[in-house]
Amino acid sequence: MSTTATAPVQTLPEHHYLNATYGIRSWLLTTDHKRIALLYLASVTFFFFIGGFFAMMIRLHLMTPNGLLLSADTYNRMFTMHGVTMIFFFLIPSIPAVLGNFLIPLMVGAKDLAFPRVNLLSWYIYIIGGCFTLYSMIAGGLDTGWTFYTPFSTVYSNSAVAPAVLGVFITGFSSILTGLNFLVTVHTMRAPGMTWFRLPIFVWSHYATSVVMILGTPVIAITLGLAAMERVFGLGFFNPAMGGDPILFQHLFWFYSHPAVYIMILPAMGVVSELIPTFARKQIFGYGFVAAASLAIAVIGFLVWAHHMFVTGQSTYAALAFSLLTFVVAIPSAIKVFNWTATLFGGSISFDTPMLYAFGFIGLFIVGGLTGLFLGCLGVDMHVHDTYFVVAHFHYIMVGGAVMGYLGGMHFWWPKITGRMYPEWIARIAALILFVGFNLTFFPQFVLGYLGMPRRYHVYPPEFQVYNVMSTAGASILALGYLLPMVYLTWAAFYGKVAGPNPWPATGLEWRTPSPPPTENFEVTPVVTWEPYDFHHRPDLGLEAGAPQGPAVAPAHGDD
Amino acid sequence: MHRTGALYGQFKTLEQQKDTATLGMWIFLVTEIMFFGGIMLAYTINRHTYFPAFAMGSNTLSLFLGGTNTVVLLASSFTMAMGVWSAQVGKKQLLTIFLSLTLVLGFVFLGIKYIEYAQKFHHHLVPGRNFDITYCVNNPARCDDLSPSELEVEREELAKALKADPALNSHAQLYYSAYFGMTGLHALHMIIGAGLLLWLLKESLAGRFDAQYNNPVDIIGLYWHFVDIVWIYLFPLLYLIDRHK
Amino acid sequence: MSENEHTNHIVQPGTYTAIILTLLTLTALTVAAAYVNLGPFNIVVALAIATIKATLVVLFFMHAKFVPRRTQLIIISGVFWLIILLFMTLSDYVTRVDYRGVRFPISQNFSAGLPPRA
Repeated sequence: MSTTATAPVQTLPEHHYLNATYGIRSWLLTTDHKRIALLYLASVTFFFFIGGFFAMMIRLHLMTPNGLLLSADTYNRMFTMHGVTMIFFFLIPSIPAVLGNFLIPLMVGAKDLAFPRVNLLSWYIYIIGGCFTLYSMIAGGLDTGWTFYTPFSTVYSNSAVAPAVLGVFITGFSSILTGLNFLVTVHTMRAPGMTWFRLPIFVWSHYATSVVMILGTPVIAITLGLAAMERVFGLGFFNPAMGGDPILFQHLFWFYSHPAVYIMILPAMGVVSELIPTFARKQIFGYGFVAAASLAIAVIGFLVWAHHMFVTGQSTYAALAFSLLTFVVAIPSAIKVFNWTATLFGGSISFDTPMLYAFGFIGLFIVGGLTGLFLGCLGVDMHVHDTYFVVAHFHYIMVGGAVMGYLGGMHFWWPKITGRMYPEWIARIAALILFVGFNLTFFPQFVLGYLGMPRRYHVYPPEFQVYNVMSTAGASILALGYLLPMVYLTWAAFYGKVAGPNPWPATGLEWRTPSPPPTENFEVTPVVTWEPYDFHHRPDLGLEAGAPQGPAVAPAHGDD
Repeated sequence: MHRTGALYGQFKTLEQQKDTATLGMWIFLVTEIMFFGGIMLAYTINRHTYFPAFAMGSNTLSLFLGGTNTVVLLASSFTMAMGVWSAQVGKKQLLTIFLSLTLVLGFVFLGIKYIEYAQKFHHHLVPGRNFDITYCVNNPARCDDLSPSELEVEREELAKALKADPALNSHAQLYYSAYFGMTGLHALHMIIGAGLLLWLLKESLAGRFDAQYNNPVDIIGLYWHFVDIVWIYLFPLLYLIDRHK
Repeated sequence: MSENEHTNHIVQPGTYTAIILTLLTLTALTVAAAYVNLGPFNIVVALAIATIKATLVVLFFMHAKFVPRRTQLIIISGVFWLIILLFMTLSDYVTRVDYRGVRFPISQNFSAGLPPRA
């Protein structure tokens, strides 16, 4: 696995971003994108636990068909808050705010993002939004479903809708600012020689994600704003009793919330696009197509939202158009999957933990993506809409896809972030436990949904119990699969083997700087002269097969 | 900490800093297009469905006040653009004058808006429990800020609208939801703009902007013009529905 | 490959003056047009004039005429996305038909059958 070029014993650099300054103020007032990434890491992990707690309550309750554990009302609150927490406070920020924040300046060769103080503000906005939503949980919870459908959420619900909606509204701005920062950074802060087509696919994916954040998030902001106005002040856009239209709310809501799922998956695809070439030791197949596919997913993803509304009584002609477009949006995703597979062909494959997560991603994303196509088919959707089939579909994408991408990325870049390697064998076992637990949890749900078990119900017919028990059993294994990395990654941050600048080795700019990086990222501004994912012409990384001679780093001109 | 005109650490040149800030503002304005776009969609659907109610609602708005506000805001865009020019050619005093004018015009707009809102509250035209589209027609003594001819117009419009839509009171609330929602959101953005202008004015008085460094004037100008554009659309959409007799 | 956001082109006060006068004239035109009964075309005319005014503000007051292609693309994308939001949602509302295949007038979409509120 390690090449001839890495030194046998590595030492940590003397000065890096973690020990540059000490004290709580230096963290809470930092403008260093790497520290902000760690602030986000702590926060999203916290919300992941909260969302996980609600998941545990759901699965425990569903072990028996007649609702012994929770009342109907409480069950409604459990699944609602599971959804709200996981989507808005874990999945949407996770990879962009943690890995994106940490890596994008490194990958483009900059000292920091374009707007470091806006970056910090973005984190504080996230925290404030999170506080409002936590408050709503303490004030009795929310029972409207994470989709906040009106008029239940705006008129009839007796739960803490207003603070929760306000919390999500506020957190949306965090997302917008992060996206803005990434877009501008990629446009204006690239190092000399770093042309667009030399950027890693991770950057392209985050660029596409940022486009979605910028164009979509404001719409959910105004929608939730109007819903809050309706609840608090009695405005009537979504209330039929006043002549308003609940379907209008759904159109506005899903205009963002469908592209939001691409905000969740595109970064994970970006991670996988880094992992596969590294662990197959091969140039990514069809770089241009993979980059273009990211943008295509972002754009076409805005044209399909009403596939969430097929049963609402909307126009059949519109439904046809949206269904067709749903099939079209699958094409760029498929292009990516084919390209990753083609990258593996003829490569020198190793099965390190990040690669295991990448394989898990590809397999589970295929299942999730294909079942998405089944759902996009009008006739099939009439049967499985609002059943566990849908629940299984989106968990395959979000957990099997996005979370696996997140964990794979965390393992891959952990040595860069902390300077130390995680323990490989425990990590591989945890990945396998996760994979088994995940499939045991969610595959039975496809069956349940097809057999007709509705989602968001606190009781079900007794003949479905065996699948539900399987699902709950799987969930406990899945939980173990999540807990293990939290433990050993934390341990590794302090006691793991010192990794050195490039333990894998991989080809991105981030691997040319010490681990952990210094605060200003690069001692000397890099000048890029190589193509991405080139494992055969990088003598500076010890990867050669007839390498061009000469320094790959410009000598210091004294102006940096 | 931060000094206007200083080069920040993550940038290599002032040129790069300028480019970056300007691009950031344009992208932010795109998010604002989508933000206002959502409420424009709600307006569109509701106007088409409840045209009589929207026409009635529009006719209760003062065209004089709305028109004046439109002229005021357009003028403020002009003074803002002139302010940017002044900075670009290094005329610092002229910059201060134009920024002050822009701010004053902004306050005039907000003042007129306040008058309009107060009138709506007085006339029971705020969506909610007290909403009553017939209030002024039925209680002319209470609505003494309306002239007899305006009251007559309202009476006619009300009769016409009630014939077209028996549930007028309920549906008219949707018009006023749109009115308060859209103008309220716009006014909030104006207040933020006024705050930004105050900061600009302070820096301008300290002489910080010149031909070499004037980017903050430019990008806050972009924001101000955008807020003007929103009003350019709001004016016909809210004030000019079915005005012909 | 970083393009200059900020070109060195300075728009002259004469241009600004011409634009503001045009904008004021168009405003007067909008109000005048509102008093003419054009039926369903009143809104079309009003929006058309508003769009011309907005375009003038964007091109000249906001200097969009003189910024690099990249920025112009960003502005156009923003407007285009707004159009997607409006038109694709309207595509649902205007193409609804009942079980006989008869077009709904939109006003029947959601108030049919509901008793009017007091």
